[in-house]
Formats: sequence, structure tokens, C-alpha cells
Amino acid sequence: MAMKFEKTGEGTYMLDVCGYVCPHPQIYCKKSLEKMSEGDVVEVILDNPSSVETIIQMCDQVGHDVTDRKTEGGKIHMKIKKG
Amino acid sequence: MEENGTKNKMWALLITGALILISFMYYKTNVFYMYLIAYIWFGFAYGMMLQYGRFCFASASRDLFAAGVPRMAVGILVALMFFSLIQATLASTNMSTFHPAPFGIHTLIAGMIFGVGMVLSGGCASGSLYKIGEGNMTSFLAAFFGLCIGQAVFVDVKWFDFLMPQKWVAAAAAKGLPADKMTSSFDTYLAGYVWDQPTVRMSDLPAIKEALPGASKYFIGDALLTALIPAVILLIVIYAFYIRKGFLKKRAKQKGGAATGFGDDVAGIWNMVTASQRTTIMGVLIGIVAGLHIFVMKGMQNRFAVDNFGRLLTRMGFTGDVSTSGKVFDPGYWYITSQEGQFGAWILEKFGWNMHDNIFFGVNNGLPEPWRNPALWMSFGIIFGAMVMARLSNEYKFKMPKGELIVWGLMGGLLMGFGSRPALGCNIGAFFIRVAGGDPSGWLYGVGMVGGAFIGVKFFNWWSERKMAKEMEAF
Repeated sequence: MAMKFEKTGEGTYMLDVCGYVCPHPQIYCKKSLEKMSEGDVVEVILDNPSSVETIIQMCDQVGHDVTDRKTEGGKIHMKIKKG
Repeated sequence: MEENGTKNKMWALLITGALILISFMYYKTNVFYMYLIAYIWFGFAYGMMLQYGRFCFASASRDLFAAGVPRMAVGILVALMFFSLIQATLASTNMSTFHPAPFGIHTLIAGMIFGVGMVLSGGCASGSLYKIGEGNMTSFLAAFFGLCIGQAVFVDVKWFDFLMPQKWVAAAAAKGLPADKMTSSFDTYLAGYVWDQPTVRMSDLPAIKEALPGASKYFIGDALLTALIPAVILLIVIYAFYIRKGFLKKRAKQKGGAATGFGDDVAGIWNMVTASQRTTIMGVLIGIVAGLHIFVMKGMQNRFAVDNFGRLLTRMGFTGDVSTSGKVFDPGYWYITSQEGQFGAWILEKFGWNMHDNIFFGVNNGLPEPWRNPALWMSFGIIFGAMVMARLSNEYKFKMPKGELIVWGLMGGLLMGFGSRPALGCNIGAFFIRVAGGDPSGWLYGVGMVGGAFIGVKFFNWWSERKMAKEMEAF
């Protein structure tokens, strides 16, 4: 198990924190967003439901947009656009 | 997906059905087991609510410091406010099982150790149990090796004798306890220090008693002064530090003008409280159910004319289960950790370790067989209640810990186990229950816990920053 943060294209990133439990997914998500520029999009993949609520509220407070959220095969995929 | 949903519903039904059957079998065995059955189902209810509301005390301070998200801190404060009012109502009708704890600096230190542990392991004592119900085996590691085995070992070893001042050793010896029950460092600490500390409950203070006769001392002294006012102040502080700036900016944009009035701030606080409805609603419900739990347990005690389940075990002939005081651990309300310690001690005894030769198990809490341990059944109830809720919402996922999570789970669990003993409780027993019951030592534990969580978050921030930097080398 290892955290992955990859640049997948111009202004797009992927953060995979599957297998991690609280507080790791939300900390890595926050740090990823800090490294990105405004308008960049990160796809966060996680399987810890408790972290989702925190990430959504964090984005709402800071002004990032959660543009997509779906669950596939027990994994949660969230797309976040940095605001 | 649909097939998975059906499978999960089947599991939820199966678990609930099994618990109903177990409860029925207990009842048919002896009516005294109604006492234990009440613990099972309150545990089950806590588990469902904790899972649904993602209710974790670790998350309260951790997410605040790590992500600036106050969702859980708000939920806990809401739960605390409701619970304190119900506690006051129960106390005023003589239906409360609450008792304050010895007040002292040990509470703050223990809270701090526990706070670091809960951040490392990813969940507090109750949070770890509900996460086990979600299939999270990192939490299992923390609960089993830390809260169960770690705690049991902690209260029975002499490893900490070098920390015991001569004054405590002398004070403990003066208590006149049997030598075969006074063998560990923790025994010296309990009998030589903790028992000599005063207990404080606001409604018991002479000044409060004199100024507020009758039931008002419980509502004003215990609920208003100890829980409600501090909780409201904390809500305002959290709003001012974490929410206000962003909220007023957004509101000004919506209004098309400045948003600087008192009304804007009130709207901001309300927005913060209702931002995560599932957490806040569960906060209200947990507060109410925790109060109802006290009411029911007191009712059971009245019904069977006992002050502790140990008396019923003795009546049933299970004298080996109880301590020398004839009791077993039976808090009468929501409590975690002591019963996990009993479970750990029970396991260690199977490997030949004598766990009856200390005050904690031998004199105070007894060592009942796990199937006759009421508080342990509450913990199992929490796990199963959370499992049912996670299954119903298709969130159950069996996750084995790997890599660094094994280290964090074990370290965090051990720190939680060690941090819950010196203060005689954890985030529930030493903080939540005490504050709501009018015991200010709960806040001391809470402050320590938040301080510990801050240290834990600082560590994880440093750790994750290193890992992020490594990942970004490739960019």
C-alpha cells in the first residue's frame, strides 16, 4: 500500500489513497490541493467513507469545487477543482 | 452493485437477528440478564449512530487542526449540550448513575497521551469500535492490542515503579489493602495518589447548593455552568478561528455588499452547526440516547435492588467473576476502555498471567467471563450496530492494515490504552460523560486530549509532507 500523487496531464492530477484510514486521506487531499494551481483538477480515489464528509466540507470552506463523486467497486472517486 | 446491496442487507438482518436471539437466550437463562441485554442494545444503538454520523472524537480536533473542518467538533458539542440537560433532569429525579472522578493534573496528562494515540490510530476509543464495524482492521489492531491487551498489561506491571514517589508508596500502604492485591505500579498510583484526590461536581459545591436549592442546582450548576456555557463559548471560538472569514466573504458576495453585522455572524454560526446535518442530527440523538441509557440502567438497578451487576452475578453463583468488593465493571452509562481492559486481562489469564493480583481487576472491577461482562457486551454492541449501519449503507469494507498503518494502529492503540487508565476513562468516560454530568475534570481531560491531538497532527503533517515531496519529484 502506498499513496500515489501523479500529474496526469496539463492541470490534472490523481491522488490515490486507497487502503488509508483517517486522517491520512484528508491530510493528503489538503496537501495535494496546496501544491496545485487555481483551476487545476485532482481526482481523489479513496475507500474510507469517514474521510469523504471531511473532504467535502474542507472544499466548501476553502472554495474548491467537488465536481464529481461516484462509488465504483468499493472505491470512492471524487473530482475536485481548486478554487 | 444491486447484488452487493442485497448481500449487505442480508448481513444486516443476520447480525440483528443473531443479537435478538442471543438476547432472548440470555433472558430465558435468567431474568437478571435483562441488565446485560440493556447494555447490548444501547451499545448497538451507539454503534449505529456513531457510524451514521461518522462520530469520532479523534476527528473532532484532528480535522480541525489538519483540515480546518469543524464538523465533528460541532457535533460533539451539540451532543454534549443535549446530554447535559438530560443528565440534569435525571439527577433531579434521582435517576442518575453518574459519579464524578478524582480531580487532578493526572487527568490532563492522561488526556494528552490519549489524544496523541487517537490521532495515530485513526480513531478514539468509541470511534475505533465503530470503525471495526465498518471492516477497518487498523482500528481492530488499535483496539485489541492497545485498549485490550495494552491496558491490561499497564495495570498489572511494576515497570513504572521508578515513577512512584515514596509519598504515594506510603499512602498506598496506609490504605491497608491485602498485599496480594497491591502488586503493580498502577496499584500504587491508584491507592497512593488518585484515591486521595478530591472529586468535584458543580451541584455538590456548597456555594451552588446554598444558592440553588432543589433541582435547579443540577440544571444551572451541572448543565449550564459546566457544559452549556463552555460548549457555546467553544462554538463561537471555532467559528471565529475557522469559519468566520470564509463565511462572511461568501455572504457578502451573495448580498452584493458588506456582511459585517451581528446577524451575519449568527447566521454563520448556524451555518456551521448545520453544515453537516448527519453529524449534528446524530449529535442530538446520541445526547438523548446516552441520557436514556442512564435512565434505563438506574431503572434496572432499582428493579433488581442492586447497585452493580456483580451483585446479580453473585446471586447467580458466579462468584469468581466479581472483585473482592463483590462488583464488576458496570458504569451505568456509555463507557469504553475499562471493559476492553477486562477482555485483555481475561485473554492473558488464559496464557497463565495472574490478573487478579491488582486493584483494578482484583478489588474494583472484577474479571467476569466475557459472555457475562455487561460493559463488554456494550462494546460488542457498538461494533455490531456500526456493522449493521455500514452494511445498510453499502459502506462495509474489510480492510486489512498494511505498511505504515500497522505501526500507527499499534502505537496509537497502546497510547490510547495507557492514556485511558490514569484518568480512569477515555474520550467517553473521562470527557463526554463527566462534562455533561457537571464534573469539571472532564474539561481537563478534554484540554489534554485536544493538546495531544495537536501534537499527533503536527507529526502527521510532517510525515505526509515528506511523502508528498517524494511523490512530486517526478513532476
